[in-house]
Amino acid sequence: MTTLVFVESAEDELSQQAVVMAGSLGAPVSAVSIDTGSLGFAPAAWAQTLVDTAREQGATAIIAPGSDRGNEVLAHVAAKLDQPMAANCTAIAAGDPVSVTRVRWGGSLLEEAQLHGSPALLTTAAHAVAAEPIASVQTVAISDGVSDADRAVHVSETVPAGGGGVSLADADVVVSGGRGVGSAEGFSVIEELAALLGAAVGCSRAVTSAGWRPHSDQVGQTGTKISPEIYIACGISGATQHMAGCKGAKHLLAINPDGEASIFSSADYGVIGDLHEVVPAISAEIRKVRG
Amino acid sequence: MRVLVCVKRVPLTGGKINLTEDEQAIQTRHLGFTVSPHEECGAEEAIRLVEAHGGESVALTLGPAEAEEQLRDLMAIGIDRGIHLLTDGAEWDPQATAGAIVAAVKAEPEPFDLILFGTESADAGNYQVAIRVAYALGLPVVNGIKAITVDGSTLRCEHEVSGGRDVYELTMPAVVTVMEGINLPRYPSVPGRMRAKRKPVAASEPARSDARLKLVRLVLPEASGKQVEILGSGADAAPKVVEILQEIGVL
Repeated sequence: MTTLVFVESAEDELSQQAVVMAGSLGAPVSAVSIDTGSLGFAPAAWAQTLVDTAREQGATAIIAPGSDRGNEVLAHVAAKLDQPMAANCTAIAAGDPVSVTRVRWGGSLLEEAQLHGSPALLTTAAHAVAAEPIASVQTVAISDGVSDADRAVHVSETVPAGGGGVSLADADVVVSGGRGVGSAEGFSVIEELAALLGAAVGCSRAVTSAGWRPHSDQVGQTGTKISPEIYIACGISGATQHMAGCKGAKHLLAINPDGEASIFSSADYGVIGDLHEVVPAISAEIRKVRG
Repeated sequence: MRVLVCVKRVPLTGGKINLTEDEQAIQTRHLGFTVSPHEECGAEEAIRLVEAHGGESVALTLGPAEAEEQLRDLMAIGIDRGIHLLTDGAEWDPQATAGAIVAAVKAEPEPFDLILFGTESADAGNYQVAIRVAYALGLPVVNGIKAITVDGSTLRCEHEVSGGRDVYELTMPAVVTVMEGINLPRYPSVPGRMRAKRKPVAASEPARSDARLKLVRLVLPEASGKQVEILGSGADAAPKVVEILQEIGVL
């Protein structure tokens, strides 16, 4: 009896967390990464390799990190084996069935569920447990059991991003605007503050739906998940869709004219007021302090 | 080309989620409903592909009688017809959902060239229905796509990764899951709404298999416990804000 864990790399934090959580099933944990050779990322081929490795090792559970690739590869495993799969678990407990707690609504809601499958297939939610270095990772080659059909869908090239500006996902400071900005032009005050702070500009889903900003600026469940030192949210009410994207921020400053806005219940600091007055005043103050 | 998009009706949760007394569902008495965001973009993509290449766009949903509202919304922006797999409103697990979709696709007189899904639904977020459907139909599948280009029977699909875009090429028929940002869905026009009323929706009641990922109960996460410190009102708060930025060390 072992628990097989698919790791993207030994250094990957989400993979390390998956290995830690896998330990709570009680069985010895076997961490494997896949050497894809010249094939490139090929989800079905990777999944078949995991299926074959699990069979060789007599694994009773297969676990992957709840990353894009982790969820994708494990769903291929689930489809191949016709077994149920629980995505993005925050807690798991051994038993028959296996008990899981999993994320819904990007983390705004949790679900307790029973997983009636063998092997147990699940992915682990980001940051549900602390990462630890992985003792040993076995690298396996694409297995002989992989068919031509499994190999057919693979990454054929990777086009580099356009570059320029501060990346939203990696920024230390993010200044975001919501519906309260009022128009595409209204973002000039947000951009000004962001430039002074070396920050990335973000926005809410209402803003991208209105066409004021590109989707690549959206912070939220269906946009970018951010984890800056401070997140400055201007004219954003704090819908669950938005908060799912910014809950990784270490500090949250909300600027909103409505003191009852739900964003204040998640904020560390608040300013009650119209962002079109408050934000330029902050920019002016920064210039003053800098002399 | 014939394009199917599979969509889910989900509540507009706003700022705070409340649960029903039995903890089996979200209390939706005072909420509106919408098409799950990634899937709304899937519908827009289906419409654009048919506009560019000809053919037919079809939307499918598995859900309660009220979910016809979401099919009509999509027909109002250009989807040609609907397939409604009726449920009693209780949520189906991913395997049962995929099984019902596969049966509906097989029952169609002609096969689809492309079946679109959202990468994951806004509410359940199971990340697997599309992949299960693809395997059951013996079709290739790519995930999390933000750009689709059609060249004959070849699809070029782009997936955003850190620092760039991974490109996949696959041959239709195929299954593709898309993400919000692939396009900006259009708004329905008044004539569009009128036309939607006359477009056909084929409703049927699929058989439900036993859930193998079985919901026990929903739980609200613990509140952050944060107590917001109000720094002031209006422009007068600026010096305080700058002090905080200096304290945190970002200035």
